Amino acid sequence: MQDVVRGLAEALRLIATGDGELFEIIALSLRVSGIALLISTATGVPVGVALGLTRSRLHGLITALLYTGMGLPPVVVGLFVYLMLSRSGPFGLLGWLFTPSAMITAQTIIALPLVMGLTMTAVRAVDPALRVQVRSLGATALQEAWAVIVEARIGVVAAIVAAFGGIISEVGAVMLVGGNILGKTRVLTTAIVLNTRQGEFTLAIALGIILLALAFAANLALLRLQGKA
Amino acid sequence: MNPPPIYQLDALRQTYAGRTVLDIDRLEVRPGEILGLVGPSGAGKSTLLRLLNFLEAPAGGTITFAGQPIPAGQAPLELRRQVTTVFQRPVLQQATVQANVGYGLRLRGQTPDGQVDRMLARVGLADFARQPARSLSGGEMQRVALARALVIRPAVLLLDEPTANLDPYNVGLIEEIIRGHNAEHGTTVILVTHNVFQARRLAHRAGLLLGGKLIELAAAETFFTTPADPRTAAFVRGEMVY
Repeated sequence: MQDVVRGLAEALRLIATGDGELFEIIALSLRVSGIALLISTATGVPVGVALGLTRSRLHGLITALLYTGMGLPPVVVGLFVYLMLSRSGPFGLLGWLFTPSAMITAQTIIALPLVMGLTMTAVRAVDPALRVQVRSLGATALQEAWAVIVEARIGVVAAIVAAFGGIISEVGAVMLVGGNILGKTRVLTTAIVLNTRQGEFTLAIALGIILLALAFAANLALLRLQGKA
Repeated sequence: MNPPPIYQLDALRQTYAGRTVLDIDRLEVRPGEILGLVGPSGAGKSTLLRLLNFLEAPAGGTITFAGQPIPAGQAPLELRRQVTTVFQRPVLQQATVQANVGYGLRLRGQTPDGQVDRMLARVGLADFARQPARSLSGGEMQRVALARALVIRPAVLLLDEPTANLDPYNVGLIEEIIRGHNAEHGTTVILVTHNVFQARRLAHRAGLLLGGKLIELAAAETFFTTPADPRTAAFVRGEMVY
């Protein structure tokens, strides 16, 4: 318990003193997860909506694949991205390994099935009678789809919130493909692992508290957006 | 000379999973009339309304709407927008009463200015304009659905058991609004219901649907007092008819 209290005090001290290294780590964490979230939202929401609105013979297979994707172990994603981006891999020429680009790629792969799958579920949960009703009122196919999306908005925001929670807190993938290089690829989660290994529990707890506070603030912002939608 | 029918149905047939649920040889609907179609559950009433609203394609036969034959239920948007349905269960969007009522106007690119407020006053919901639509009672929600349909001034209003499960106050209010709108704007109304009394109160002409077939169609007075078919006579008396 004493460690937690000391960690909280240390977290407050680091923030109050404007610790440069800490703010660099926070900024990189937000940048990597923020860009990954943007990419997965921009692609995952439209695909999830399309899957939710249509029924094909492959529906069962697609759903099973998406749900499997939602449970992808980050470390496996990290390994896959590592192999793809390593010098001998197909994308080695990009030179992304041990850079934030590799971390964004890995986090996008983790977030995408979450956004797509949960959006699809939210769209499918909309009362089918709504589609018939808006068509009866003269909606075009596009207007009908939009009416469903608007109705499913709470679920769509929940999908984005879940994806953000999943990637801001994951460590396995960013550790593998980023390498935890100070000033270059060190983010909050990898810094926590490092400090724990070195026995710097107070600092590790402080970073953990800051990570939790960031996730809470981001979720609060998204939920406020949901409330206004 | 009678004006041309707004709907003309010829050999209209609908099947679901190989089972015929509707089979009407011929039916003409006159512009501006209130046509009441009664029948027990499963008679094909709701199926007929879905076809008349071009929400599904018929298995066979033709629908001619406003003089234009509609191929396979694929009505052009401008014709489709002349018809709307109020269903038995009001499906409202997660928005205010005002936003719900203005929805059809916005779909048509119109700004819902004073029309929505006037329509809300007409259905007795002016004070509820800014309330979430789904917080209202069943009767109030159905009045929102009715206002949403009427504000777009449809040429044809289709009503699918619009007052089932509502209290007498809301039933009376909704019937008065329908009657008033029909008289004021000449909107054609097709009401399907198993409620013989409601059909008798509202309809100019009435028909009996049974097993997907139109058994009888006549002026309301004749239909309810001296029906030609014994099945109509039995249904009007409140007996079970299959």
